[in-house]
Amino acid sequence: MRRVLSRIDSRFVPLLGTIVVFALTAGFGSVMYSGFFSTQVFLNLLIDNAFLCIVGVGMTFVILSGGIDLSVGSVIALTTMVSAALVQQHQWSAWQAIPLVLAIGTLFGALMGWLIQRFRLQPFIVTLAGMFLARGLCYLISIDSISITDAAYTTIAQTRIALWQDGPSITIGAMLALLTIALGIWLAHATEFGRTVYAIGGSESSAVLMGLPVARTTVLVYTFSGFCSALAGVVFTFYMLSGYGLHAVGLELDAIAAVVIGGTLLSGGVGYVIGTLFGVLILGIIQTLIAFDGSLSSWWTRIVIGALLFVFCLLQRAFESRR
Amino acid sequence: MHKLLRRLFQHRLLWPFVTLVLLLAVNAAFNPGFWQLQWRDGHLYGSVIDILNRAAPLALVALGMTLVIATRGIDISVGAVVAISAAVAALMIGGELVVKGGVQTYVSRFPMGIALAAALLAAALCGLWNGLLVAKVGMQPIIATLILMVAGRGIAQLLTGGQIITVYYAPFFFLGNGFLLGLPFAVFIAAAVWAGLHLLMTRSALGLFIQTIGINPAAARLAGLRERLITVCVYVFCGFAAGVAGLVISSNVKSADGNNAGMLMELDAILAVTLGGTALTGGRFSLAGSVLGALIIQTLTSTIYSIGVPPEINMVVKAAVVFVVMLLQSPEFRAAVRGVVLRPARSGAR
Repeated sequence: MRRVLSRIDSRFVPLLGTIVVFALTAGFGSVMYSGFFSTQVFLNLLIDNAFLCIVGVGMTFVILSGGIDLSVGSVIALTTMVSAALVQQHQWSAWQAIPLVLAIGTLFGALMGWLIQRFRLQPFIVTLAGMFLARGLCYLISIDSISITDAAYTTIAQTRIALWQDGPSITIGAMLALLTIALGIWLAHATEFGRTVYAIGGSESSAVLMGLPVARTTVLVYTFSGFCSALAGVVFTFYMLSGYGLHAVGLELDAIAAVVIGGTLLSGGVGYVIGTLFGVLILGIIQTLIAFDGSLSSWWTRIVIGALLFVFCLLQRAFESRR
Repeated sequence: MHKLLRRLFQHRLLWPFVTLVLLLAVNAAFNPGFWQLQWRDGHLYGSVIDILNRAAPLALVALGMTLVIATRGIDISVGAVVAISAAVAALMIGGELVVKGGVQTYVSRFPMGIALAAALLAAALCGLWNGLLVAKVGMQPIIATLILMVAGRGIAQLLTGGQIITVYYAPFFFLGNGFLLGLPFAVFIAAAVWAGLHLLMTRSALGLFIQTIGINPAAARLAGLRERLITVCVYVFCGFAAGVAGLVISSNVKSADGNNAGMLMELDAILAVTLGGTALTGGRFSLAGSVLGALIIQTLTSTIYSIGVPPEINMVVKAAVVFVVMLLQSPEFRAAVRGVVLRPARSGAR
């Protein structure tokens, strides 16, 4: 056993830990509750958390670069609000509204990245202000929820893609989440951008001395996170079929928790996009377990997520000090 | 005179103070009755008194947050701690209407002193948990406190059963609604905590120690400072201050709401500290600045209501204020502005 463990590259230990926890939780659920072990239940994890997955990919890059983005939840809310207002109140078509909201989110992220990079401001405070701003803009559009009845939106929301004939199916949102994960993995490991992000997270001054485009990459990291938030907002709009200023409150914390549970070190420089997928799935499976049990109240979700965060942070510390 | 002016301009509290005065002036311009104080039922009434009363809990949280930020940390769990302390107090006091000897009296489940002490103890324990994670385990403060922020609200909801617990016990209401010498009692609580803290920081070396830890933790340890112990104590105090704020808030609304009490309070508290001139990078801090910051935030909220702007704009205005303040604090931004402003003048002179 020890020989097997020592053969695994130490970089993969946190990631493996995450996958083992997911497998154990899934195994526990399958043994305890009848009907838990089915492909559809596991696909539902992906369907119900598609937006969290997408946001998590952007957040992974931000945390890998040593920063943090607190604005993701409110950018999602802003995206749902702008989409709903354009489609319902101004009769735009979905194909005009979606590119526009994606552009808004990307620009929003780019602006925050520029402030952080150009004026050496702390990511925590800049994205905090961004969070206030995006939520405030939602309320400027409307303080009420706007439900979407547009044909294109409802059709996309109801479209199910069956894996095989009459078999389990997934939604377009879940497909987009998987595509974003693939894009994230490609960006992180096959592009100059990804290598620079890891380098900045490892040591920003070394990255500068190596002649890497640190300034450009820092701005791009927040731009990408803004784009991911907007894309998650589009998926969230399909999921909820409404725009509301109180959508996705506190989602930034779930996203950070998913990234941390996925084995990405908060000090930056170490972690994998695929880990975030498992982090999201663990958060989802806890909720599913509590729903299957039926006797536990919803606040247990928060307590369990807090406890999991604690355990994973402790493991991270142990892992860091061993290196 | 020139020297005096220069000293005034270099004073760190000048800009927070100017911001507050400007906000008050805007208020007075839109609302002629803003400065009017009335003496009714033995205490003062008026917009200013109202702002003071409402700013008190935020000022308390901001005071604790100031010390944490001064040690280069951050505590984002204060909102959850507010909810926990409120829930413990409300649960232990409860309150029933009992007829005793023909007189209707309110009876609390436990003596009020014990209930308040238990609530504050719970809050201090939350702070201890944060402090141990930061100082002993060595986690990053934002993550260490994120754990309690997520789990803490769950614990508060667990305590209250997801419901709003209403308190029926008149003596408890004094904390958040009572008046002493014509002024709201909550103001006295905040002032007492501030005064005590101020004395502790200026009359003992503790203030210096905290600054040292914020400027360079490693050097502080090498200089023989018990850096970890002080850090833990600072987090315990932050939890305690949030607990006091939770008591004041729950007493003010005569109930405890595990879901919403203290929601987003951590952000307002951090904002108050930043507005007061304490940099998030740790080191020098200003307790009076944070109190000013809390007053600015509360006045801003009142201004938005009083000048008839829809309250939805509140968050946009707050965001704008944060952007402006952090840009003003950035040396790079000041250099850039100086470059833009001075360059044309220089080339013109040539």
